[in-house]
Amino acid sequence: MTDPYDAIVVGGGHNGLVNGAYLARGGLKTLILEQRPIVGGAAITEELRPGFWFTTFSYALSLLRPQIVQELELPKHGFLPLLMSSRLAPTEGGEYLWFTQDHDANLREIARISPHDADAYEQYSHDMDRVCQAIKPLLDMVPPDPFSDDPEELLALASLGGRFRRLDKRTLHNAIRLLTGSAADFLDDYFESDLLRGWLASSGIIGSKVGPRSQGSGLVLLFHSLGEHDGAFGTWAFHKGGNGGFTQVLARAAEAFGAEIRLGSPVERVLTDDGRATGVALADGTEFRAGVVVSALDPRRTFLELVNPRELPDDLVDTIRRLKFQGTSSKVNFALDGLPAYAPLADRGADPFRGFLNIGPSIDYLERAFDDAKYGWYSREPYIDGAIQSTIDPDMAPPGKHVMSCFVQYTPYRLRESDWDAERENLGATVQATLERYFPGFGDLVLQREVVTPLDIERTVGLSEGNIFAGELLAPQMFFLRPAPGWAQYRTPIAGYYQCGSGTHPGGCVMGAPGRLAAGQIINDRAAG
Amino acid sequence: MIRTSPFHERTAALNETGLWSHWAGHLAANRYQVSDKFEYFAVRNAAGIFDTSPLFKYRIAGRDAERFLAGILARDIRACAPNHAQYTTWLDDRGFVLEDGVIQRRGPDEYLLTSAEPNLAYLTDRVGRLAVTVEDVSLDIGALAVQGPRSRPVLERLVPTVADVPFFGITTGEIGGVPVTVTRTGYTGDLGYEVWMASSHALTVWDALWDSFDGQGILPYGLAALYMLRIEAGLLLLGKDFDSSRFAFNDAHRSTPLELGWSWMFKGLTDDDRAFIGRRALEREIAEKSSRWKMSGLVVDWEDYERVYGDAGLIPPKNHAPVHEDWMVYDDEGKRVGYATSFMYSPILQRHIALARVRPNLAKVGNRVFLEFTVDHHYQKVAAHVARLPLFNPERKTTMTNGAP
Repeated sequence: MTDPYDAIVVGGGHNGLVNGAYLARGGLKTLILEQRPIVGGAAITEELRPGFWFTTFSYALSLLRPQIVQELELPKHGFLPLLMSSRLAPTEGGEYLWFTQDHDANLREIARISPHDADAYEQYSHDMDRVCQAIKPLLDMVPPDPFSDDPEELLALASLGGRFRRLDKRTLHNAIRLLTGSAADFLDDYFESDLLRGWLASSGIIGSKVGPRSQGSGLVLLFHSLGEHDGAFGTWAFHKGGNGGFTQVLARAAEAFGAEIRLGSPVERVLTDDGRATGVALADGTEFRAGVVVSALDPRRTFLELVNPRELPDDLVDTIRRLKFQGTSSKVNFALDGLPAYAPLADRGADPFRGFLNIGPSIDYLERAFDDAKYGWYSREPYIDGAIQSTIDPDMAPPGKHVMSCFVQYTPYRLRESDWDAERENLGATVQATLERYFPGFGDLVLQREVVTPLDIERTVGLSEGNIFAGELLAPQMFFLRPAPGWAQYRTPIAGYYQCGSGTHPGGCVMGAPGRLAAGQIINDRAAG
Repeated sequence: MIRTSPFHERTAALNETGLWSHWAGHLAANRYQVSDKFEYFAVRNAAGIFDTSPLFKYRIAGRDAERFLAGILARDIRACAPNHAQYTTWLDDRGFVLEDGVIQRRGPDEYLLTSAEPNLAYLTDRVGRLAVTVEDVSLDIGALAVQGPRSRPVLERLVPTVADVPFFGITTGEIGGVPVTVTRTGYTGDLGYEVWMASSHALTVWDALWDSFDGQGILPYGLAALYMLRIEAGLLLLGKDFDSSRFAFNDAHRSTPLELGWSWMFKGLTDDDRAFIGRRALEREIAEKSSRWKMSGLVVDWEDYERVYGDAGLIPPKNHAPVHEDWMVYDDEGKRVGYATSFMYSPILQRHIALARVRPNLAKVGNRVFLEFTVDHHYQKVAAHVARLPLFNPERKTTMTNGAP
């Protein structure tokens, strides 16, 4: 009997699609299986109301690797990242910072609040660029395995050490301070303005159960600053049609290389024979055979659900069981009857909504929001990363109407003495009330509200505990420890069974790097026989 | 004193930068806001509106108009039916390009020719005894380009016949109660139209158009965004990608239409016995394959580009602002085989691209050449490959569907 497929990818999220596209490009007859009726995983855009397109979960292209755009020839399939022209960080009292594409104007804007910080911002940006430049190559490499005696692995480790030894003292020191310290400590060295520090520190908490004063938030800040768009660090973009528009582009690219995509096909288990993967079985009993099976699901599902843990080494199973997920982010999406009014900017004739809207006016605000989460509740005054996406992509809402995406934190997966089915609409009301304080009259514009809690993320997309990174993205679970020491090179103890989800290095965000790096390993392993 | 366009009252109010370029003796906005890239995206993603009034415009009419133009224009104007337009060129006796432009056939005996430089003397001096009048109507006519995937839905609400206008077709109607001509032409390589009206009606048309844009993400765009769009579209710019033979001091500054990549204009040349200026030289060039260059698209190899800058410890620049300078092109052996005249980072292709002329034997699609950059004050060669022009060519440009980008 011959194998009808060379490779089967379990899960049609962005990493599954990237992985499947690379495998097909490498000549493998590839099947991508997606449980839902739509590809994209957590990167989808849905028409929840006629003419209104919601980015239900993930909402921006942040760290997408530029190699993927080139190697998978995405522009041919409609890749269209859209520039955001401005960003707004308001305070409740009517103060604000409003950044545009005009660098000089941005410095004047900071100087309005603190002339000192305007100067410091230049130094901060340059220092961050240097650290990003030094760290960035890690995103594009398979982590070396420090537990291996293979001379190639030792060489890779040595070359990694050499890279850091070549850095200047300041850059290396900054890198280590970010990797080990808190975002607040790092920002305090540069800035005096609460608003500016709060704005910048917001990147240090995204998706993670840390406050800006927690160790680890420096790393989250650095991670989100690595976003690279058209050669500039720290820049994020929207995609035409939202992130669902992007995963549709990936699907077209994968199919153009010859991959087959089957929707509505939830995989129940990976079939194995004598320690080798031989295919998969769907929930309805259908079986597909292939010598290579790749899981794009999170590590808990990859190791504990798709295969029988008894086939795996005990220490690996133990590590995966102890892996931290504890999702802490939610989405609240709105259909709006028009743009909110923002009086403080009105006299400048400016349109404040053509980009991100940051409700995180000080480090204290963010830290207090975190305090609630520490004790099992959602923030009474949450951090909000908002975006009225239809101002950038008018095809997402009818003319004059708008869709708004709000990323909300902190909303811990486990609530004290309650659950998300009970609290879902209360969270929506909390977010709406918060926005009302910054944009009076906001509530009157709301045509529809969608609340997506960590529980909903887990139920719909399958990300354990609703963690948007498919496993917490902090030092104990990064690089050669992601998802487990010794198993960070996309292989598993089962021959022919691989992992390519965001639970592997370098982690979450719509980056695609895990899918790409895993495909490289698979193709190399096949070539080596 | 410098002139202003008939739309100036409106464009001046929108120009947040307060800065203007000079274009054909008119003030023209380089950009309306700080980010020309944002204006660029409006065109590729929704639509943009551009004041193209400074173009030179000539009304050529009379019983012999077709005969007159058939002798002047190198592309066969007789193939252009009424209510159609042609992109065309006119040559000197030696077959060198004087200029390019778009000619609209507005009626059996009436044409409107647009050009980047003045041509009144050139045209009138060649009328002779033909029954033709050539009239400079540059200041009498205002023109707006509405370009991008939303241009059709917006315009067809105002001028319903726009829905059926083919690529390079013409229709007429009313906008804001005044007569307009709408042509499916433009300088962006996208779905798009140009709207022509009497200058005295310009503000009325602008206001009606502007009101109809409400909430659709349509922005005014300036010259900076236009130059980005036109490079992706493979549309050449006089004075940047080629010079007019009329004012050239030597042949290095002259180009033939074949060298500029316009051989498609002469597909029917053998079946057409028309005498036109430059014909014999053109025929000789075809027969002898004596073209010196072939205008080509170049796409820079991104890995090589990253390597060159990465080795120098630099973050590889990806600057969308077009550079109009000579960039040398080399072959595998390091021999100079051409030069690029327009260079930019294309946001929609996510690549550095160039319009370049290379030796015809090297101009095969996919052929590898090297483009010379200056990195840290040293010359560096970066691999690139020859690609078909236009580098960005969406289906919606020529079809009847708006289509996804």
